[in-house]
Amino acid sequence: MHLAYPAVLAVLLFCVGLYGVLARRNAILVLMSVELMLNAVNLNLVAFDVWLRDTLHAGQALTLFTITIAAAEIGIGLSIVLLVHRNRGTADVDKLTDLTDTGTEPGFDSGSASMAPTTDNSVESATDQALPAGGQTA
Amino acid sequence: MNLAVASHPGFLSPTGVEITFVLVGLITLGAALVTVTTKQLVHAALWLVVALGGLAVEYLLLTAEFIAWVQVLIYVGSVVVLLLFGLMMTKAPIGRSPDADSDNRWTALAVAVLAAATLVWVVVDAFRSTWVSLGGAAQGSTEVTGEFLFRQWVLPFEALSVLLLAALVGAIVLSRRDSRER
Repeated sequence: MHLAYPAVLAVLLFCVGLYGVLARRNAILVLMSVELMLNAVNLNLVAFDVWLRDTLHAGQALTLFTITIAAAEIGIGLSIVLLVHRNRGTADVDKLTDLTDTGTEPGFDSGSASMAPTTDNSVESATDQALPAGGQTA
Repeated sequence: MNLAVASHPGFLSPTGVEITFVLVGLITLGAALVTVTTKQLVHAALWLVVALGGLAVEYLLLTAEFIAWVQVLIYVGSVVVLLLFGLMMTKAPIGRSPDADSDNRWTALAVAVLAAATLVWVVVDAFRSTWVSLGGAAQGSTEVTGEFLFRQWVLPFEALSVLLLAALVGAIVLSRRDSRER
């Protein structure tokens, strides 16, 4: 088999994942795109391992390790997304702007302004908003 | 590798494996494109199943059988289920959501197309005359995988099991609701 076929497929999959990471708004869709990028790397590793006929089979071993690390990463990532959704009422990555440099002095105004876009979703998110305040005072 | 080049008929007469690889690759790429462009969040996760399953078939065509089945088990079996659970628990809207893409999607498209053009050019230029010989014994059958994994890669394997345990504990600690704060 021509080695260019798996290599080009891996490149295109990686760039599709790159587009998804940059363009998606929902954090879980961003995680899906990260999975696509990791899979492109895995395909490259397997193709080069089969090409080189390595006696250590480093490519396939690293593919197995990458799959394992990806499983751990998706577990931790999803639990972080769930935590953010529980505290903020949204999982959209471009609404999490607490660390934005607004150009003003850090104070009460910038804090409330950054929290304002998260409160326009629904009644349920309003109840979710009330949770961290209670948690912080307790 | 020079032997493989000499014995290969050439670029313009593809073998059956190559034709199958390209067809499955087109399906995989199309499913990946739908995954990152669809407006329906649950459909994105389901198209991801098609893309990852297509990649498992590609591993089979590259004679890496064990990795193909691990791909089916881990990715299609558990990662996509985790993603679907995540979509469900973050109250993802069923149906079309108009704000699935952020405002910088044209910048993202430009970056992705530029990266794809550059990388395809480099890769095709680098591996223009390189062939993979797929004959002989399978490179990644379960027997071969077991031998190299437990002869040469035992220490990283055990370290990874510790990492998985840490990730498991971390995920539980992160997603648990603390009853004392209620």
